[in-house]
Amino acid sequence: MGGNHYLPLTDEDRREMLKVIGVDSIDDLFSDIPAEVRLKRDLDLPPAMSELEAVKHLNSLAAKNKHLNSCTSFMGAGVYDHFIPSVIKHITGRSEFYTSYTPYQPEISQGILQAIFEYQTMICQLTGMDVANASMYDGGTAVAEGAVMGCGATRRSKALVSKSVSPFYRAVLKNYFNSRGLELEEIPIKEGFTDFSKLEEMIDDQVASVILQQPNFFGLVEDLDGVADLVHNHKAALVMSVDPLSLPVLKAPADYGADIVVGEGQALGVPPSFGGPLLGIMAARSKFVRQLPGRIAGETVDSEGNRGFVLTLQTREQHIRREKASSNICSNEALVALAAAVYMASMGPQGMREVAEQCAQKAAYAFEKITALDGFEAAFKGHNFKEFAVKVPGKPEDLNQKLLQKDILGGVDIAPFYPELEQTMLFAVTEKRTREEIDTLVRELEGWK
Amino acid sequence: MRKAKALLFEMGRPGRQGYSLPSNDVPEKSLEELLPKKMLRQEPLELPELSEVEVIRHYTELSTRNFGVDTGFYPLGSCTMKYNPKVNEDVAALPGFALMHPCQPEETVQGALELYYNMEQHLKELTGMDRFTMQPSAGAHGELTGLMVIQAYHRNRGDHDRNKVLIPVTAHGTNPATVTMAGYEVIQIPADERGNVDLEALKEVVDETTSALMLTNPSTLGLFEEEIVEMAKVVHDAGALLYYDGANLNAIMGYARPGDMGFDVVHLNIHKTLSTPHGGGGPGSGPVGVKERLIPYLPVPLVDKKEDRFYFDYDLPDSIGKVQSFYGNFGVVVKAYNYVCMMGGAGLKQVSTDAVLNSNYLASLLQKTYFIPYDRIRKHEFVVSAKPEKKKGAGAGDIAKALLDRGFHPPTVYFPLIVDEALMTEPNDTESKETLDDYARAMEEIARDIEEDAEKVAAGPYHTVGGRLDEVRAARSPVLRWQKE
Ligand SMILES: Cc1ncc(COP(=O)(O)O)c(C=O)c1O
Repeated sequence: MGGNHYLPLTDEDRREMLKVIGVDSIDDLFSDIPAEVRLKRDLDLPPAMSELEAVKHLNSLAAKNKHLNSCTSFMGAGVYDHFIPSVIKHITGRSEFYTSYTPYQPEISQGILQAIFEYQTMICQLTGMDVANASMYDGGTAVAEGAVMGCGATRRSKALVSKSVSPFYRAVLKNYFNSRGLELEEIPIKEGFTDFSKLEEMIDDQVASVILQQPNFFGLVEDLDGVADLVHNHKAALVMSVDPLSLPVLKAPADYGADIVVGEGQALGVPPSFGGPLLGIMAARSKFVRQLPGRIAGETVDSEGNRGFVLTLQTREQHIRREKASSNICSNEALVALAAAVYMASMGPQGMREVAEQCAQKAAYAFEKITALDGFEAAFKGHNFKEFAVKVPGKPEDLNQKLLQKDILGGVDIAPFYPELEQTMLFAVTEKRTREEIDTLVRELEGWK
Repeated sequence: MRKAKALLFEMGRPGRQGYSLPSNDVPEKSLEELLPKKMLRQEPLELPELSEVEVIRHYTELSTRNFGVDTGFYPLGSCTMKYNPKVNEDVAALPGFALMHPCQPEETVQGALELYYNMEQHLKELTGMDRFTMQPSAGAHGELTGLMVIQAYHRNRGDHDRNKVLIPVTAHGTNPATVTMAGYEVIQIPADERGNVDLEALKEVVDETTSALMLTNPSTLGLFEEEIVEMAKVVHDAGALLYYDGANLNAIMGYARPGDMGFDVVHLNIHKTLSTPHGGGGPGSGPVGVKERLIPYLPVPLVDKKEDRFYFDYDLPDSIGKVQSFYGNFGVVVKAYNYVCMMGGAGLKQVSTDAVLNSNYLASLLQKTYFIPYDRIRKHEFVVSAKPEKKKGAGAGDIAKALLDRGFHPPTVYFPLIVDEALMTEPNDTESKETLDDYARAMEEIARDIEEDAEKVAAGPYHTVGGRLDEVRAARSPVLRWQKE
């Protein structure tokens, strides 16, 4: 029956084992459960399926979905259709990695520990930060925890977040702050960019963290020169959310003066999986290391003097510090961090730069073509990386319906998040899109009324 | 001879390449034409430059320096390191699941929504709760979500003075850490001599400032809270709610349900109970289930069905909002769903039967040599105290290293805190009797070795790829990244 082959005990085994335990029956092993809370009927679940039947069932569910192989996607908003080298699944598919857990026993966990140490290093190389952790759940929770970190470091309880930060992240951030009793205010935007004159008015010596995103939710590269000075003048922390795949070409957060860098790492070789598992990136300057949430791998030596790695600075963590821990995070996204590490190691500096350049070039090409169409216009003036917002002549929903008929996943409708931006869509163009695919999109848009 | 493995950064050559990309087919524009210079990267990115073969060999060698459930017995208490069925990996990798974008129109994700919908029905039945959200990405994330829901419930009733959450001493570290994250104060409750939560102590502290009691049942001692019914009554009578940490659900599936015990909120660790792999530390998934009166506060969106169509329901005005950017770790839920489909109700009950049988059997074997406090029927795990061995010169941590030399992953050490020199042992449902017998023999051998030469045991391990690692040094002078000389 079904998955009973995952259970090696035979009835004979069970009888022998009960005898050793010194009880008569299986029921005796559950006699500690009070009668009034015992389930007195069978679980009402569908009958067990064999492996073959289960695979058929799951395939039939998967067949009802469209996906990035069956469609040409221009969807982004934090999750992107980038090229994923084949090597990644072969590495993350090694069961010595994926069936292990948090490396509490370093002597038999050097593989994952070294991989995390290397991942941390590459995240530092990308961002210019001094330290990175082994991962957070996703971009949203990384932003929230980054903002909370700023509060911990400054012993203040207020944060300012730009409205140009992803609304998905701000929703999570708001929730974390609300629950903890921390104060959160939104910095208004002006024509797609953070309104820094408003930030200047809003910031004071109560503010712990200022949270910005680069490129911002609309795909625009913000001019952040001088912002860090403003933030630091008030002894607050600058928290920057970034797309790691923009960093081979865009100015590193460290060069803007960021203190804490967070972001969504899905672009680094991770399938979108309907929004999870994703990869929360978390890095910081070394003075924030005691506030960092989550696991950190550190270098040390073994009893013979050889280099080795362990989980370190654990006195920040829940299993040691309990209610005084910097975060409650325990399980994280280690295997996804491994995927990102394999991606960065495979692509190297040249490959990652090439990907980033192609994104920028193809997005620019699409932007030019689309905004040249009748009725379509750029929502904002500025410089985009791989994503841009366009005002469209009708309901985004209807447009996407039409595109879907041609197996195109169109842009993300942003009006639900910015009611003032009616009929505005966010298009993402990655290195995977060909000129022909972009031209097809443009043709479909052209005919649309 | 043991040898360290080279780092990625110590390998490769400038100009070496491990990828291929199509050439750009749109009119080329230089970056400088597209973006102002001041927005561009100032110094070239430093990353290793490796061929594909080097990358593969590097990580393959690293994988041989790692121990997973597929390598051997992994009785890491509280973590439920059971076998991870291979077919689960296959179905989760189907393009129709793995390659879906979270912003796709609803009609293009009907299969995914159906899966979420079905899974919710299954989890409801398994736990006796009324609704579930799949949004939390792990157990601790579920805890935070659960406390946020409880907080919203109290606040919405105008009940603003409940600023404390009660936690037993045996609680996992994530519980008190979560309480702080939700802005509450932790009140710790002692255990009684049977290992249960001390009911009298609970009665003394619970009052109109109590928001909730967080409980793991069976507890981290592997013991079922025998007075759970009375505890639930005490908590509810004070107007507080009962939170269930479902990390240990593997012990009672089909035997008892948190919903029937009086719990108002539960989280499950489906990377434990429902067989999805732990990934070297994650990803997991921590669905949260609630009773009827708490449904309005769940994160948005919920998944619902109208006639034949599945849809996201955002219409929850009192919802706490969101805890993850999208809908949780869908890819992990797919694996767990496949597992539930294959096990069925009777199969899941057999899982718990065998988990508990294995645990009691192994405890009986070890009891001949080791001290196991709280002598009663156990659930899926038990905690050995190596206090006597520690006196001889080798404690829980040293026994753990000696187990490494014998090819076993050790139990969880030094937790729960109320047992000195704890070795928290969870054998799981997917282990054979022979494996348990082998492990018991290894533990007996280690006990003998400690008797003979404790110092030698304390200096292990001897047969692992690396010798014992200096954790003190790592913490004292942290090296957290590689740096060019
Ligand atoms: C009892 C208990 N509660 C909560 C957790 C936290 O779960 P996660 O690691 O999925 O966040 C764990 C996991 O180790 C646990 O054992």
